[in-house]
Amino acid sequence: MEIYEGMKFTKEHEWAREEGGKVYIGISDYAQNALGDIVYVELPETGKKVKAGDPISVVESVKTASDIYSPVSGTVSGVNEALADSPELLNEDPYENYIAVIDPDDLSELEDLMDEEEYREFCSREE
Amino acid sequence: MAKLIFEMSKPGRTAYSLPRCDVETCGSDVLIPEKYRRKKDAELPEVSETDVIRHFTELSRMNHGVDTGFYPLGSCTMKYNPKVNEDIAGMDGFRAVHPLQDDETAQGCIRILYEMDRMLSEITGMDRFSLQPAAGAHGELAGLLVIRAYHAHRGDTGRNKIIVPDSAHGTNPASAAMAGFEIIEVKSDERGGVDLEELKAAVGPDTAGLMLTNPNTLGLFDENIKEIADIVHDAGGLLYYDGANANAIIGVCRPGDMGFDVVHLNLHKTFSTPHGGGGPGSGPVGVKKELEPFLPVPLAEYDGKQYRLDYDRPLSIGRVRSFYGNFGVILRAYAYIRTMGPDGLRKVAENAVLNANYLMHRLKGHFDLPYDRTCMHEFVLSYGRHKETGVRTLDIAKMLLDYGFHPPTVYFPLIVSEALMIEPTETESLETLDLFADTLISIADEAERDPEKVRTAPHRAYTSRLDEVRAARNPVLVYVDEDTAE
Repeated sequence: MEIYEGMKFTKEHEWAREEGGKVYIGISDYAQNALGDIVYVELPETGKKVKAGDPISVVESVKTASDIYSPVSGTVSGVNEALADSPELLNEDPYENYIAVIDPDDLSELEDLMDEEEYREFCSREE
Repeated sequence: MAKLIFEMSKPGRTAYSLPRCDVETCGSDVLIPEKYRRKKDAELPEVSETDVIRHFTELSRMNHGVDTGFYPLGSCTMKYNPKVNEDIAGMDGFRAVHPLQDDETAQGCIRILYEMDRMLSEITGMDRFSLQPAAGAHGELAGLLVIRAYHAHRGDTGRNKIIVPDSAHGTNPASAAMAGFEIIEVKSDERGGVDLEELKAAVGPDTAGLMLTNPNTLGLFDENIKEIADIVHDAGGLLYYDGANANAIIGVCRPGDMGFDVVHLNLHKTFSTPHGGGGPGSGPVGVKKELEPFLPVPLAEYDGKQYRLDYDRPLSIGRVRSFYGNFGVILRAYAYIRTMGPDGLRKVAENAVLNANYLMHRLKGHFDLPYDRTCMHEFVLSYGRHKETGVRTLDIAKMLLDYGFHPPTVYFPLIVSEALMIEPTETESLETLDLFADTLISIADEAERDPEKVRTAPHRAYTSRLDEVRAARNPVLVYVDEDTAE
């Protein structure tokens, strides 16, 4: 399982990465593998206010549709438009391809999430 | 693959010839105003009668239904549709009646609606049923709007949340959202039931209700149902029973006695009417006394002499469908209930549960069984060997097609990985159950010996593996003739 350093993870298999005061979010390699071929990503609206744990996006695969929850509270300040036409990017490289960018209310919320090592451990227990 | 009927078209070929018209005719240019007229002719296939008959007969032979084979599609209750129901529905008195006839001239039909309301109420322990909703999810929406109207009428306007367990059918949160509620999800405990501690933490003055399927989508009966009902009722909320799995309990126990306030039933599942492409559904919604004023209109009434349709219900949420629901489906289900009687319905549930437990025991050494308990009418297996063999549940489902079986529901409920959800129904013989179990076991063995063969299944079905990913990403929904396309 491939994981980028410095990323934080939720129990729902989202990742979050801070860059220049913004938080990029996406789904983990474990998540894309479990979902199978992704055929549609419902992107959130820019400007939408979210609380940590709120559903922010839906990822649909041939098997199932799955809510994506925001790992932090804040305002959606951008989305990855490329996913609208090429949802398979989440299968091809889930860590390179984010879903949305959040302007966070409180960056310290990231500290409550799992780091890489904790997440690997969490995933091995899930199996 | 079979050709589309458009691809068989030859200019000038027809399936009929009419005698010359012996009255004066006029063209559509006289009858239809210019703005409603087509600019160019419709592209209809020009084919002979033999073409049409062969084409659609061939398509019907490619189809799989309960009349052609075993169909263990979990949570869908693909049970046999008794043909006597079709005879009843085909009777002139029912078939030829017009929905706008006066009540006095449609007494038989209104009597069916009235008696169906009474029978479904008795079966579920409710006080009153509306037969208007056209299918299960429609029944959910109507039931939730009734719950909303009930709270609002009491001035209890802060109740805007519906609680749904993580094992619920996807329609539950979807219907609740459509009815304007926020959804709170509660987790299942290790026995597959509602986690009581999570539920206690979730309820409050904003709780409108809890939606529950019992037995749930794991095929497990939630033994804590009385306590669950108390927790929700004590918080001022109502209990909604999703009747998708009612085939497991009819004639044995009743949602009304478990504490449920609102129930919907799927007549096209539990009460044997065709579905899955074979006919429309019907999702009657039933309620306890205090919710009765809010049911959709019309309700069928009887004053001891005359049956009539009652629209004068000021607190009703209104109409949810045109006319009187899917009457033909209600009629078939009525015939089924009358044919079976109370003892017969009880045997339906008992045999559905027996068949499921038999299959579960035959298969559990060969697949994982995440919740190893006595099941109800269905059970959920997990194919846990996928990491070793590279074969997934989807491949096993595809391979079943080679043996003439409809695959079970797969990848649902979401809380079981690589899930196979199997519901045999009460109408299958021991021989069919054994053949299905033997086949599934042999496919699991094949996955060890020759995983590539399973991964590329089906091999003997009408078509090879369809590209579901491409179909979902680039759906082609409209036929375009490439020769004449502009």
